[in-house]
Amino acid sequence: MSSHDLTPDPRGYFGAYGGRFIPEALVAAVEQVADEYEKAKADPAFGAELAALLKDYTGRPSPLTDVHRFSAEAGGARILLKREDLNHTGSHKINNVLGQALLTRRMGKTRLIAETGAGQHGVATATAAALFGMDCTIYMGEVDTRRQALNVARMRMLGAEVVPVTSGSRTLKDAINEAFRDWVANVDSTHYLFGTVAGPHPFPMMVREFHRVIGIEARAQVLDRTGALPDAVVACVGGGSNAMGIFYDFIPDAGVRLVGIEAAGEGVDTPRHAATLTKGDPGVLHGSRTYVLQDEDGQTIESHSISAGLDYPGVGPEHAYLKDSGRAEYRPCTDDAAMQALRLLSRTEGIIPAIESSHALAGALELGRELGPGATILVNLSGRGDKDMHTAAEYFGLLDQNEAGN
Amino acid sequence: MNTKLSGVLAAAKAENRAALIGYLPAGFPTIDGAAQAVQALLDGGADVVEIGLPHSDPVLDGPTIQTADDIALRNGVRTRDVLETVRQVTTANPAVPVLVMTYWNPVDRYGAARFAADLAAAGGAGCILPDLPVEEAGPWLAAAEELGLATVFVVAPSSRDQRLATITASGTGFVYAAAVMGVTGSRNQVGEMAEDLVKRTRATTDLPVCVGLGVSTAAQAAEVAAFADGVIVGSAFVQRILDAASHEAGYAAVRELAAELAEGVRKR
Repeated sequence: MSSHDLTPDPRGYFGAYGGRFIPEALVAAVEQVADEYEKAKADPAFGAELAALLKDYTGRPSPLTDVHRFSAEAGGARILLKREDLNHTGSHKINNVLGQALLTRRMGKTRLIAETGAGQHGVATATAAALFGMDCTIYMGEVDTRRQALNVARMRMLGAEVVPVTSGSRTLKDAINEAFRDWVANVDSTHYLFGTVAGPHPFPMMVREFHRVIGIEARAQVLDRTGALPDAVVACVGGGSNAMGIFYDFIPDAGVRLVGIEAAGEGVDTPRHAATLTKGDPGVLHGSRTYVLQDEDGQTIESHSISAGLDYPGVGPEHAYLKDSGRAEYRPCTDDAAMQALRLLSRTEGIIPAIESSHALAGALELGRELGPGATILVNLSGRGDKDMHTAAEYFGLLDQNEAGN
Repeated sequence: MNTKLSGVLAAAKAENRAALIGYLPAGFPTIDGAAQAVQALLDGGADVVEIGLPHSDPVLDGPTIQTADDIALRNGVRTRDVLETVRQVTTANPAVPVLVMTYWNPVDRYGAARFAADLAAAGGAGCILPDLPVEEAGPWLAAAEELGLATVFVVAPSSRDQRLATITASGTGFVYAAAVMGVTGSRNQVGEMAEDLVKRTRATTDLPVCVGLGVSTAAQAAEVAAFADGVIVGSAFVQRILDAASHEAGYAAVRELAAELAEGVRKR
């Protein structure tokens, strides 16, 4: 058993990171979530119901796809994609949402709230609310409601209320602030279905556990397909849920490099990026101690990424721990490199990835060129790109003026 | 433990009334104007002041204080300006306890021990740290205790009795009882939960228990003063400044509201 298996400690710390920095009004609710999660984990009926939903509703296990033509651009390394884009609702987010929705029902609560950046977590939450007959309110930065309008329509189609958040940077960070404000006021009826491996304990651990299925499946699939473990596992990191999900079961495999790709926006040497682990410092944001993009006075700096889902100035505390311990490495990837990778995968493999996941693809191309032929790289393709076609059409000029409706 | 704060609260109790505690953020409406706004609070009759440290992510604040924080940050307010405002207010009003109310990260970033030392040097009486649970407060408490600064913890209607005891055992100065489950901002009704919470809190401590969240009128202040040792008002003062045609008119409106509320806390 590696020392990592002992984390987090009872106070929710992964080394120096994590904890529970929350207002007193939320302490009882967060403790209830932690208690109920422990009970559910020990209850075979909970595990069986979740497993059935993952299989029959989500469509798990998700496939592992060899992408030969794409790999040719990666220095000859063999790239394998874990196809979380093929899950129901189009991303990995549904894994965690179904788990927490079952937990919400066990707690006797009837209303789900959530933040969303790209809209994938919001769509997944709205989906679960529809499935379980719960009320649902989704907070989304106003900037993001514009760049991910398709997902706003999907959430409303599913019966959720979508509230555009106009405070602060009007992106994911501010959507989380607004969801916390709602939760404090409505905590009796409401569960805050947090969408990433950040926030106060137990969320970082619990959300990782619900996403571990990605890494458990992928590890077996890669072994089965290639007869060996991969040389590296690559995933994009905003808050870091898809990365923790695929990394976790590879942590004891010392020979497997774990590589998180952060959004470098216009470049990490400009002020416009979201590379929290590369450029941030330890601090407290949204309930846990972790790396934060902050100024000298501890005020959060607004992040930037072309990808709404990675546009976040914090990161899950377990990633902070993995970075400091050296078990995982984190690299930045610019908006442009991600967009080029999005186009490349589309044209070489017929798979249109989400812009978030395209950061991981760009990271894999770079890593493949470093590792050279013979290397195997597992990439978490965390979501599909339908929602991003508006951004991509603008970026690449895919539509003429008439088609674009200008 | 802070003798100035305890003394002022004890004096109000001796007069058989609740204390009036007023909140305004530093840097608002301007960096230099903040001390004038706080002076208006005191001229109107506030007994204790809380100076807010504006934050980029005020998750516990409603729209009014969010707006003020936003204005303060756009004004370029720095942590050192907050401490300077404390110094200006305590210099002009040596008998008045001045607390800083702040989210934890700015203090963490400044360094807990360094912040405590600089706050004490500025004449501050202590801190209210609403997103720092008692479990995470060890380093701050050690620094504050040594310098004679009070640490005021918040309790909420959802706090269970055993937890109330844990919190009040660590706090000093007074206990901040949140009247409602929610963020800061004026409300039509202060709620029955407040009285019950004060009662449950008193069962665990001899510290004064002051009630905040939602109080904006003299009538509400009187209602709360009937069962609490102090009445805390913030958003209503901020709103007066936001609504005023000029900063001067804003300060006058703050003074007027403070005088009304000061009358309210005397009608228990």
